[in-house]
Amino acid sequence: MTEEQPLLVAGSLSKSFGGVAALDNVTLEVRPGEVHCLVGENGSGKSTLIKVISGVETPDSGTITMDGQAFARLTPRQAISLGIEVIYQDFSLFPNLSVAENIAVATYVAGGQRTVRPRDLRRSAAEVVARIGVHLDLDARVEELTVADRQLTAICRALARDARVIFMDEPTTALTWREVQALFRVVQSLKESGVALVFVSHKLDEVLRVSDRITVLRNGAVTVTGDVSQFDRPAIVKAMTGMVLTDTSPADSVRSDHAPLLEVEHLGLRGLFEDVSFAVRPGEVLGVTGLLGSGRTEIAEALFGVAPADHGSVRVDGKQVRLHSVRDAIAAGIGYVPGDRLTQGVFLDQAISVNVIAGSLDRLVGRLNLLRRGKAQRMVDDAASELRIRMSSASAPVRSLSGGNQQRVVLAKWLARDPRVLILNSPTVGVDVGSKSEILDMLRAKGREGMAIVVISDDVPELVAVCHRVLVVRRGRISDELAGERLNEQAILKELAA
Amino acid sequence: MSALVPALRRLPVHRLRGSNNEGVLVLCIIVLSLVVGFSDSSFWSLPTLLNIGSASLENVVFAMAVLIIIVSGGIDVSFMAIGIFAGYGVIVMTNHTGFGASSAWVGFLLAAGIGILLGTLNAAAIAALRLPTLIVTLGTQSIIRGVLLAYVGAKVIPNYPHGLDKLSTNYLVTAHGSGGDTRLNILILPAVLICVAVSLLLRYTTLGRGIYAIGGDPESARRAGFPVFGTQVFIYVFAGLLAGIAGMMHVTQVQLANPYELVGGELDVIAAVVIGGASIFGGRGSVSGTVLGVVLIALIKNSLILLGVPGTWQRATVGLLLLVGVSAQALSVRSRRQHVDVLAEAPA
Repeated sequence: MTEEQPLLVAGSLSKSFGGVAALDNVTLEVRPGEVHCLVGENGSGKSTLIKVISGVETPDSGTITMDGQAFARLTPRQAISLGIEVIYQDFSLFPNLSVAENIAVATYVAGGQRTVRPRDLRRSAAEVVARIGVHLDLDARVEELTVADRQLTAICRALARDARVIFMDEPTTALTWREVQALFRVVQSLKESGVALVFVSHKLDEVLRVSDRITVLRNGAVTVTGDVSQFDRPAIVKAMTGMVLTDTSPADSVRSDHAPLLEVEHLGLRGLFEDVSFAVRPGEVLGVTGLLGSGRTEIAEALFGVAPADHGSVRVDGKQVRLHSVRDAIAAGIGYVPGDRLTQGVFLDQAISVNVIAGSLDRLVGRLNLLRRGKAQRMVDDAASELRIRMSSASAPVRSLSGGNQQRVVLAKWLARDPRVLILNSPTVGVDVGSKSEILDMLRAKGREGMAIVVISDDVPELVAVCHRVLVVRRGRISDELAGERLNEQAILKELAA
Repeated sequence: MSALVPALRRLPVHRLRGSNNEGVLVLCIIVLSLVVGFSDSSFWSLPTLLNIGSASLENVVFAMAVLIIIVSGGIDVSFMAIGIFAGYGVIVMTNHTGFGASSAWVGFLLAAGIGILLGTLNAAAIAALRLPTLIVTLGTQSIIRGVLLAYVGAKVIPNYPHGLDKLSTNYLVTAHGSGGDTRLNILILPAVLICVAVSLLLRYTTLGRGIYAIGGDPESARRAGFPVFGTQVFIYVFAGLLAGIAGMMHVTQVQLANPYELVGGELDVIAAVVIGGASIFGGRGSVSGTVLGVVLIALIKNSLILLGVPGTWQRATVGLLLLVGVSAQALSVRSRRQHVDVLAEAPA
C-alpha cells in the first residue's frame, strides 16, 4: 500500500501561540488502512497538530486535505463529518450513561434528530460492536467498565460516526499488556476495513511493533517521516531528542554485605494478595511486575499503609514495623510515588514549591510550628537542581509543567524526606523519553546512595534497565523471580503472558 | 468479572431495586405506612391518601424543575421564590387590572410567563456567564423575593379573581369524615401530566439525553456535539416555567395569597429529589424516583403529625432524610468501586 492515494494530508501547517511556533511547516500524510505513529517529546507539537486537524485550533497557514478536498481550516463539526475522530486520553465518555448510549448518541446529535428510541440506540451500538468483533456489555454504565473497555467504547463511538481517520492519544498508557494485545487485534481489523489510525505514543517498542509508518516531531517541526522498517529504537530516540540515549544497565550498587533494609514476610490481604515475601538490600532496585489487576499495586499500597495488609510482617532496617496508615509508613521511612500522578501524586493547581515541601512540613517548622521560609526555599532549590526540574518559577502551578517535569516534582516531594525505602508505581508513565532516562538515572543514583528501591511497572525495557531483580506477580502471588541471566525483556514478557 | 455484572443485573432482586433505588423507596413507603397504621388505625383511610396527594401535588411540580437541574449537574435554590412571585404576582395583577379574572387558564399562563422571565435571569447568569449555580440561584432567590415584597406587595390577600376562586374549590375527590371533609384538588391532574411530560422529555428526546450527558461530563458533551449552551438555557428557563406553575398551584390550593410563603421550603423538594436517586454530582435521576421521594416526604410529615411529634421536628427529620439520601448515594458509588477479588477472579 506504499503508493496509495493519501486519505488525509495536513499540508505545511503552521501555528504559533504568542510568537512561539508550536507548529512550523508540518506536513503529515495518512493513507487509508495504515497505522501511522506520531512520536515526539512533550511540547514537540503533537497535541497542537491533532487540535488543528480536528478543528479545535485554527492554523495560521497551511491546508488540511481530506479525500482530495482542501480546507484552510476546519470546525470540530466539519472534522467529524469528514470522518476525522480524536480519542483523547480521557476518552470523553459519559460515565453515567450506558455503553450503548455512549456509542450511539453522538450520531443522533450530529444527525439533528429530536427524539431518541432506546431500542434503536442499542441496536446501532450492537452493530458497531459486532463490526470490530469485541465483547462489550452494552447495558453497563461506562463508570463500571475497565479502562480497556472504555477505550473500546470510545473506538466504537468513533466508528458509529463513520470515522475514517482515528487519532488516538497515548492509547496504551493505562492498559495492561494483555489489553494492549487485544487493542492491537482491534486495530488490525480496523486497518482491514480501510480505517486509518494515528497513534500518539511514548512507548517506542509498541510504536515499532504496530505501526506501518512513523512521523517524528521535534520543536514543532517534522524531523523525519517514513516506513517503520527504516527505523530502530535508537534512530527514533535520536530523531525525537536530537541526542543518542542508551538504556544502560542497573548500577552496581547492591550492598550484599548489608542486612536487608526492607523485609516483607508472608504479607497478605484477603482477596487481593497472599504469601508475599521478599527482601531488598540497601542500594538494590527491585522490580515488581504483573498484569493490571494482578495485585501488584495492592502490594505497594499495603506497604505504604493505604490499604493495610491483614497478615504477615514487615521489617525496616531489621525492626518490625506496623503499617496501618500512611503516617505509620512515613514514620518507618517508606516513601511511595503513586501510579496515578494526577489524582494522587500532586496538587495540580498549587505552586511547584508548595508541592515539593508538602511531604516534609514537619521538618521545616520552627518554634510555634511556623514554617521557616528560608529552609523551605533551600529545599525547593536543592530539589529543582538535583532533579533538573525545568520551570519558569517555583511559584508556577504544577499543572503548567510537562508530564516529565510533573513526575520530577512528585519524586522531589518524596526525596526531600530522605526515605530509607522508596516505592515507585509506574514512575515513567506519560513521561517523555528524555525525562524518562533522567528519572531512571536518578533512581540509579539514589541506589548508589544506599536507598532501597522498589519499582512497580509493566514497562519491560525500563525494568531491565534499572532493576537488579524482578518479581512477577500473578493472581496476588509472587510467581517467579528473575535475576542475572534470566533478567531480560523476553523472559519478562514470557512471564507476563503465561 | 465481565460476565458476572450482567448476570447480577438480570437477577430479579437487582431489578426490583430499580436504577435509582425506586424499589427501596417503595419499600420504605410500605413499611412506614404499616408502622404508622398499626399505631394509629385512622391512618389507613382515604383522607390520609388525599392529604398526601394535596401536599404532594405542588411539590412534585417543583421537584420536576429541581430534578432537571440536578441531572444537568447544577443546583437551584431560587425555584420557591420564583413560584411565590408568580403565584402571588398573578393574584395582585389580576385583582388590580381585572385582566383575565374570569379564567383560571389566564392566571396559569401568566404565572408560567413570569416563571419563564425569572428563569431567564438564572439562565443568563449560569449559561452565558458560566457562574456556579448555587451562588447564582442564592442571589436570584433573594433578589426575586426582595422585589416581590418591596414592589408587588407584602400583604396577605384573601379575595381571589373569579376564575381562580372557582378552581380553588374544584375538587376531584372529597372524603367525608367525622373531623370534617378532606379534599383533593383537580390540580392533581395537570401535576401528573407534567410528570409524564418531563419523564418523556428526559428519556426519549435528544434534548433530554443531552441533559444527562452534560451532567455526566460537560466537556465530553461539547465534544460530542451537544449544544451545551442552548441546553443549559433551556434547563433554567423550563425550570422557571415549572416553578411558576407550581407556585400558582400552591396559591390556588391554599386560597390565601401570602407572599411570605414557600421560600424556606426548598429543603423539602431538594431532599425529595435526592432521596429519589438523583445524584448531586449530576447525570443521574429519574421522574419515578423523584415522585416517590416527594410522596415519602409528604408521608413522613403527615405521620409525624399523626404520631403527635411536634412540628418543629419536621424540618430536622427532612434534613436527616436528605443526609441519609446523600450517604446512600455515596455508599453505593463506593461499593461499585470495590476492589475486585484478585485471588479468585484474576484472568488466568
